Amino acid sequence: MSAISFQQVEKVYAGGVRALDGVSFDVQPGEFFGLLGPNGAGKTSLISILAGLARATRGKVAVMGHDVVDDYAAARRSLGIVPQELVFDPFFSVRETLRIQSGYFGVRQNDAWIDELLASLGLADKADANMRQLSGGMKRRVLVAQALVHRPPVIVLDEPTAGVDVELRQTLWQFIARLNRAGHTVLLTTHYLEEAEALCQRIAMLKQGRVVALQRTSDLLAGTATTMLRFKTDHALPAALAERARVTGRFAQVSARDAADVESVLAQLREAGVPVEDLEIGRSDLEDVFLDIMTAEATR
Amino acid sequence: MSARLVLSGARPLFRKEVLRFWKVAFQTVAAPVLTAVMYLLIFGHVLENRVHVYDNVGYTQFLIPGLVMMSVLQNAFANSSSSLIQSKITGNLVFLLVTPLSPAAWFLAYVGAAIVRGLVVGLGVMLVTAWFAPPGLAALPWILAFGLLGAAMMGTLGLIAGLWAEKFDQLAAFQNFIIMPMTFLSGVFYSVHSLPPVWHLVSRLNPFFYMIDGFRHGFFGVSDVSPWLSLAVVGTSFVAVAALALALLRSGYKLRH
Repeated sequence: MSAISFQQVEKVYAGGVRALDGVSFDVQPGEFFGLLGPNGAGKTSLISILAGLARATRGKVAVMGHDVVDDYAAARRSLGIVPQELVFDPFFSVRETLRIQSGYFGVRQNDAWIDELLASLGLADKADANMRQLSGGMKRRVLVAQALVHRPPVIVLDEPTAGVDVELRQTLWQFIARLNRAGHTVLLTTHYLEEAEALCQRIAMLKQGRVVALQRTSDLLAGTATTMLRFKTDHALPAALAERARVTGRFAQVSARDAADVESVLAQLREAGVPVEDLEIGRSDLEDVFLDIMTAEATR
Repeated sequence: MSARLVLSGARPLFRKEVLRFWKVAFQTVAAPVLTAVMYLLIFGHVLENRVHVYDNVGYTQFLIPGLVMMSVLQNAFANSSSSLIQSKITGNLVFLLVTPLSPAAWFLAYVGAAIVRGLVVGLGVMLVTAWFAPPGLAALPWILAFGLLGAAMMGTLGLIAGLWAEKFDQLAAFQNFIIMPMTFLSGVFYSVHSLPPVWHLVSRLNPFFYMIDGFRHGFFGVSDVSPWLSLAVVGTSFVAVAALALALLRSGYKLRH
């Protein structure tokens, strides 16, 4: 049984916008899985359907074998969602918020676990503070605690580190990694690709509502593994190189298949009289893979 | 889903909804009690010797049950509607949407908490205004029946309005253009027998009139129409709005896209 199963999921919104177009993949129990894609790719629509916040136009979605529509109560008990938006109820303290959320899932006398969550997320001294008094980072921690308060086997983190400081990122990832080691399945969406590369065992990439890549992270990196030449220059690249380079301001990256190709790139730069600074040669990372896949899809 | 499961699911949400209004009781309980007392002081003082409604019942005395019921109705509506719209607009409704709570549990919790707030405010108005002119107590069961049923009906209407509204001004329009006129034209301040025939007929089509009239019957033992007729009208209206609210919750109307 998969921890999460998406089968031919389609979502067409009222205005006719097709957000998801036949998405299918499974996440295995205990897996740390990354769901990546540019803005508007359909990640949030997919997670909304998983959480019961939206309904699929077609297709089936299940959590721990429970259909999210026909058996919604069991599916939602198995799922903890950390939403993307920084939302909170201004009437309550942190502890009250967690007790209330616990009650919604039928978990009573949950203070021992709530205390553990507060301590693990660095919130112990804020337990009795009103939600309005917390900083953005602290509110984000409470969102994580709320998602975990009923000890769900499957945890979904929808861009949990957007706009948060380094300290919280470290605390959060240490805690989530610990939960993952304890057997919890984690589905992560993020725009920080270095986080996905470091944490996720498998990755699915979405573009325009379709899965355009679904592989183990190591295979994704190996499959498109290339040598990357990174350098700075104030000059325009020769046309043959410009086609295959990614240029951001003064910073340019050119992929090379092998050592001979590296020599060829350097020769072209030399022949064109393009001076370069801070030349580095390294391996492609997930960001390179991501951009390659997205660019390839765009040109199809 | 069994009734026990629905009730156990509704309990934490009900508790949270009661806690929500109780934390700001100055605004949600004390303020409406003061408003009702102001109505009593002004209308009672001006009209005490000018308006005769029932034999042996002074105007101030007549006014009190109407004001109590008006407070019950308005506050029951305000509780469920304002809680829902605030949660929708601030986005924290997501914490509820991701839970296994059934539509029936949502309904029981929101309407239950609305009844509690309506009755707490009503009791507050009663305690304060009774000092001015103690009303009678002809039949307690009618008072309880119409108090509960009226609060439940308005809590349910508040739930429907909260689901429908996407902005605060839409909710304000629902309140100002539907709830307020129906409340004021229900006989809170007068007997419908004193109205011209056309307005008398219009009042008879207003379910709020039956809530007030039946409630008042419990105090004085007299009313404009039979309390049994009022009970039938209010009961039927409640069943209709409750069915609509449950259907909207089951369909995920404006909640799940």
